[in-house]
Amino acid sequence: MKIAIASGKGGTGKSTVAANLAWALARSRDVALVDCDVEEPNLHLFFPAATTDVPVTTPVPVIDPARCTLCGECGKFCRFGALAVVKDCVLTFPHLCHSCGGCTLVCPQGAVREVPRTIGRIACSRPLSRLVLISGVLNEGEVQAPAVIRAAKARAEGHPLVIYDASPGIACPVIETLEGSDFCLLVTESTPFGLHDLRLAAEVAEEVGIPAGVVINRSDGEDAATVAFCRERGLPVLMTIPFSREIAAVQNRGGLIAALLPGWEERFIDLFAGVSP
Amino acid sequence: MIRLAVVSGKGGTGKTMVAAALADTSGVPQVLADCDVDAANLSLLLEPRRLTTEEFRGLAAARIDLGVCRDCGICADRCRFGAIVRRDDAWRVDPLHCEGCGVCAYVCPTGAVSMEPRVSGRICTSATDRGFLAHARLFPGSGNSGLLVTGVKKRAVALSEGADLLLADGPPGIGCPLIATVSGMDAVLAVTEPGVSALHDLTRLVTVCRRFGVRIFVVINRFDLVEDICARIEDYCEREGIRVAGKIPFDPAVVDAVREGRPVTRGDSPAAEALRALRDTLFAELGLP
Repeated sequence: MKIAIASGKGGTGKSTVAANLAWALARSRDVALVDCDVEEPNLHLFFPAATTDVPVTTPVPVIDPARCTLCGECGKFCRFGALAVVKDCVLTFPHLCHSCGGCTLVCPQGAVREVPRTIGRIACSRPLSRLVLISGVLNEGEVQAPAVIRAAKARAEGHPLVIYDASPGIACPVIETLEGSDFCLLVTESTPFGLHDLRLAAEVAEEVGIPAGVVINRSDGEDAATVAFCRERGLPVLMTIPFSREIAAVQNRGGLIAALLPGWEERFIDLFAGVSP
Repeated sequence: MIRLAVVSGKGGTGKTMVAAALADTSGVPQVLADCDVDAANLSLLLEPRRLTTEEFRGLAAARIDLGVCRDCGICADRCRFGAIVRRDDAWRVDPLHCEGCGVCAYVCPTGAVSMEPRVSGRICTSATDRGFLAHARLFPGSGNSGLLVTGVKKRAVALSEGADLLLADGPPGIGCPLIATVSGMDAVLAVTEPGVSALHDLTRLVTVCRRFGVRIFVVINRFDLVEDICARIEDYCEREGIRVAGKIPFDPAVVDAVREGRPVTRGDSPAAEALRALRDTLFAELGLP
């Protein structure tokens, strides 16, 4: 079983739901928790533990000046602007490279070869006896988030129960995270922003073709519009977390409400029951 | 013209609320850009009147002509993105994965693969009471969000004649869309909140912004929710030499204003007062009247 946790809007509580759900489930079973928000990974803050780091690399071109005739084919082919052929050499811009390998294919002289370049890392830890945390971390200034997400997910392959925490938004990093999941939990808040972006996130889950359910976070009781939207779209509302200063303070300090406030462990176990087939 | 982007690293810290308040109180000729193209919300607070809508074309996507395809599978073999998939006994392109690199079209021995333009969103311009707004909608699941951000900024610049300020509402994160937003800006205002996640994300954001040589300011939203972490944020900013240009208290008036679809500075409340003070501090720093 693989559960992805997503939201169009940022800061609705994806990591909160992911961390508490994983903690509650790990009391009685093995869980792999994967932080796929590789631009701003936060789950390790809830589960401090020593990590083993594995670099994530992608192939980028280097030019052999002895073979290069400055014919310009590589620069002409590259759609990403990662190679520019100038008067007496080929400039490479590895930050822009998508690692498609096209430049090596088109070079008539065999002057382009690829070398690995580190763009991030996977940090693995075992903060609890039955919980494995796998965090994807994109290096600052890099843009290839999907490659780091792929590497993080690959590390969790084979675990019977995996929870993916996605980044906000609706673009390629979210698709990369959702794919292969059995269920998508959409975390929202009951404001017009929350609802506007929930609508987009629900479209993404539909596009990828996985069933979804909703968690309403920081509810102040004014949830009617969100509930109506969910009913109309056939999305079950699986949990509602009220706004309270107490909950906010626990979370902002990196604490888990499932561990620290009474009743929440059971509620997260119930949430899982609502998700599993 | 001063170019200022409101950013945050962590999502949900209040970027759009702050951007709308600055737009509302700025008092200088300005143009607005919503660079959070994944989930564009600025227009929800500014009652925009739509002027133009255009299709946004990102990179092309591959298309296989099955009448010409000889089923050799070389394209699938060479595609590094897993975008050529076997379905219904034929090779097909999965547009969600196609990056538009063109390798498949290059290697196909029969010329069955072509690169075709694809529409991955819309760019719009609207008029608001506080200036023109360039904004966009990325189609769910599309790539190219960085390119779309660049498109929105270009549109805003095209509308900026006579403006003293280009004010952009940025995306969360530190990846492609954020980098596209920050590049070419004079200053960024990072909205954070007193939480360990927000502080962690702020430090990563600052590292990225430093590379662009932009001036960095911080505003702490809901600062009174966890005062000791707020103090840690202020310590961090002091060590980094970053000016904390404002602190906004937790205030139910903020959510009320969002529900009513207006900037919080249209009313009187502790948050509105703090946002007006933020505007004055920030504009003085930026040399705006």
